[in-house]
Amino acid sequence: MSDETHEAVHRHPAPTSFIRKYIFSLDHKVIGIQYIILALAAVLVGMTMSVLMRMNLSWPGTNWPILGTLFPGGAPNGVMSPEFYLSLVTMHGTIMVFFVLTTAPQGGFGNYFLPIQIGAEDMAFPVLNMLSFWVTLVGFIVILSAIFFSGSESTVGPIGGWTGYPPLSALANAGPGQGMGMNLWITSIAIFCIGSLLGALNFITTLLNMRTRGMSLMRMPLTCWAWFTTAVLALLSFPVLLGAGVLLLLDRLAGTSFFIPGGLYLTGVLSGTSPNFPLHTGGSPILWQHLFWFFGHPEVYIAILPGMGATSHILATFARKPVFGYRAMVFAIFAIGLLGFFVWGHHMFISGMSPYSAMTFSILTLSIGVPSAVKTFNWLGTLWGGKIRFTTAMLFAIGFVSLFVAGGITGLVLGQTSLDLPMHDTYFVTAHFHLVMGVASIFGMFAATYFWFPKMFGRFMNERLGKLHFWVTFIGVYCIFVPMHTMGIAGMPRRYAQFTEYKFLESLHPLVVLVSIAAIFTVLVQLIFYFNLIWSIFKGKKAGDNPWEATTLEWNTTSPPPHDNFAGVLPTVYRGPYEFAVPGAPHDFVMQTEPEPAEVGEGVGGNGHNGHRH
Amino acid sequence: MGRALAVIIWILTLGSVSLFFIKKWWFPTSISEHAPAIDRQFMLTIIVVGLAFTAAQVGLGYMVWKYRDHGQKDRALYSHGSNRLEVVWTIVTAVVFIGLGIMGQSVWAALHFHSAPAGSFQVEVVAQQFQWNFHYAGKDGVFGRTDPSLIDDSALNFIGLDETDPNAKDDATHSVIAIPQGRPVELILRSKDVTHNFWVPQLRFKQDLVPGMAIRVHFTATTPGKYELACAELCGQLHFKMRSYMLVLPPDDFQALMALPQEQFQARMTELLAKYPLPTYEQ
Repeated sequence: MSDETHEAVHRHPAPTSFIRKYIFSLDHKVIGIQYIILALAAVLVGMTMSVLMRMNLSWPGTNWPILGTLFPGGAPNGVMSPEFYLSLVTMHGTIMVFFVLTTAPQGGFGNYFLPIQIGAEDMAFPVLNMLSFWVTLVGFIVILSAIFFSGSESTVGPIGGWTGYPPLSALANAGPGQGMGMNLWITSIAIFCIGSLLGALNFITTLLNMRTRGMSLMRMPLTCWAWFTTAVLALLSFPVLLGAGVLLLLDRLAGTSFFIPGGLYLTGVLSGTSPNFPLHTGGSPILWQHLFWFFGHPEVYIAILPGMGATSHILATFARKPVFGYRAMVFAIFAIGLLGFFVWGHHMFISGMSPYSAMTFSILTLSIGVPSAVKTFNWLGTLWGGKIRFTTAMLFAIGFVSLFVAGGITGLVLGQTSLDLPMHDTYFVTAHFHLVMGVASIFGMFAATYFWFPKMFGRFMNERLGKLHFWVTFIGVYCIFVPMHTMGIAGMPRRYAQFTEYKFLESLHPLVVLVSIAAIFTVLVQLIFYFNLIWSIFKGKKAGDNPWEATTLEWNTTSPPPHDNFAGVLPTVYRGPYEFAVPGAPHDFVMQTEPEPAEVGEGVGGNGHNGHRH
Repeated sequence: MGRALAVIIWILTLGSVSLFFIKKWWFPTSISEHAPAIDRQFMLTIIVVGLAFTAAQVGLGYMVWKYRDHGQKDRALYSHGSNRLEVVWTIVTAVVFIGLGIMGQSVWAALHFHSAPAGSFQVEVVAQQFQWNFHYAGKDGVFGRTDPSLIDDSALNFIGLDETDPNAKDDATHSVIAIPQGRPVELILRSKDVTHNFWVPQLRFKQDLVPGMAIRVHFTATTPGKYELACAELCGQLHFKMRSYMLVLPPDDFQALMALPQEQFQARMTELLAKYPLPTYEQ
């Protein structure tokens, strides 16, 4: 595609009506904020559900009158039923993974900052961009509707977990919540897949075609590399989940048997002997697991890569140092993305899959620790010899490194076939993935929020409240998730509505209570974050165009940026993204747009291809 | 701020590591032949993990302590990295991580790359929502035919055993699994409805039971006693209650039990369940 045609597609005049400006907007910045608002709403729902779950695990059988009033079916007399608990498990996981961890880092911050950081006026396909948000929002509304449509079944959704393994998820008679709630759950995920695909196409095209003059690939900020790789992962993995979702829905509604084997006997009825349980034969439950995890494992990296990018970006900015090993960081992002497609089987060691496949997946899984470790070393290298400014954004970025190590490193345990025998489906797994894909990713997003807020709204967030938010959250998440590892070692299974039935779980009760108390504190502190966010939009201290003395293109424009990002004059890039502490330079940072003395007036070739000069 | 952050990171690291070090909440005592090897591999891995975790966190704390901006005039170090270091830490981590991964295959291979040894005691496990059924072949050592269409809950024929099959005459079913001490056991794992998972913490063993499949696994239990059997794959509403017991019996007791006709078998199982207490756990 030539420059002329794609510019004609993406260029659009500034809107004047309220609806085109703020609601059905084509502006990638507004769409980015819409995604962030969606994630902020979704995370409130997901967090509330996690608190309810913790309350039930720590104090089972307690009467919570308000719960009984709100959900008379799910919590009769205020006592939570097991199916209600399991529906919370399912909805918490689904909402967090899709509508928070996929939505905020990529759809939110990626949308807002990728075009600006590469010096583009907008995304390549603004209409597609708008559609991807609205499709995602429809997906969210559909999953919320599962809360209410399952009301008569005394749940707030299906009870299959976020992994929705069939036949449990394929059969309406497999339990409460598996009727309309499950249909809505699958539909929501399918809709979400479509929205993500539209977004991924847009990210890839924009990054490849719309970089400004001089912005060669190796001059891009690491955030752009992360968003780009994430988009490639999304493009390759979401279609598989979409396909799997459609097949599961057909099994449920059209009588097919992709995932349902023959001869099932459920709640006193044999398959094919009753209109309520039609004949199924020949399907494979394990097929779903392969399709699901072929998506599901890359999804983990979809959640965390943008956080890695933001962390690299912010560490360099506030350590006042170039990123250590930029090239190695780019290779590591790619290696993680690539290997991420060859390790899905480590979720299935004990599924009945061939033990030889399991061994192959296991060794590939352990090798994915190598690029992850390389990234950690380079983050430490970036801090080494720095002059660190402890802004709230920097605290969260450092917190990201700490939590990424804490959560990621136990992958060395879980990735081994032999050790998966005792560890599979215990709280050790819950602890591992919450720390690394949940909390670390969210820390990356907190860092991004405090860092880019001044650019987005022209005002700072309150640093004092921000630091309070950081300290409590950082200590809180360690107190929540580290004890879960030892629960797992003692054998505690995941997805149990209560731990009251087993003697071997009795001695773990103090830990269970400790985790719940830490969780409640940590969740409460997030309210300070929400308050800070809203208050600062209106009352925050005014910020200039480049308040952090940073180097990349987003700091070359006004705060907030104008509709076309650079007020009609696209910047030209002359150097790499993290030129801090350059000896002899007038300031301790040199912006990407600052020409080398010899290069002034010379100009650099378009679209980045010959912009890499030495 | 840098010093406070460093201290907090170090305290959290110390706290996390000590939780693993005190072993107050830990594996229950193992009772299978392969378990000590798993426990050794776990300890080796957790030591590597602990060292790497501690080194990274101590290093992180050191960086934020040492390189905080305290108003000094000079700039940060202008460095874009070091290819030599990148190569070194890539190779070192690759060797350690992949080495661990290869070592972690040995127990797996021993359990899963061979079929059960000759002379193994076979039990058919038929899971269903919130209940375990164990099918014993009886004296003849041959399982009677089963068919889902013969399942009759009211007659307590939960596995659909064909009573007309001569091989079924001496078969027994029970909700508890009894296995011999010191003799390999082969489980034939089936499910009637959704996916379940056979999980006995003391065995260090776990395997899904997938409807439509008959998955064969084997292990050898070493210590007589009664142990809790849990379902470890989400199977629906009462998943948390899908509990049973595994009885590991001394060879003589076991032989005697298996020689009993149906009614006496049931009565003897009840006696044995009462005879063995559950293990005691820490605290």
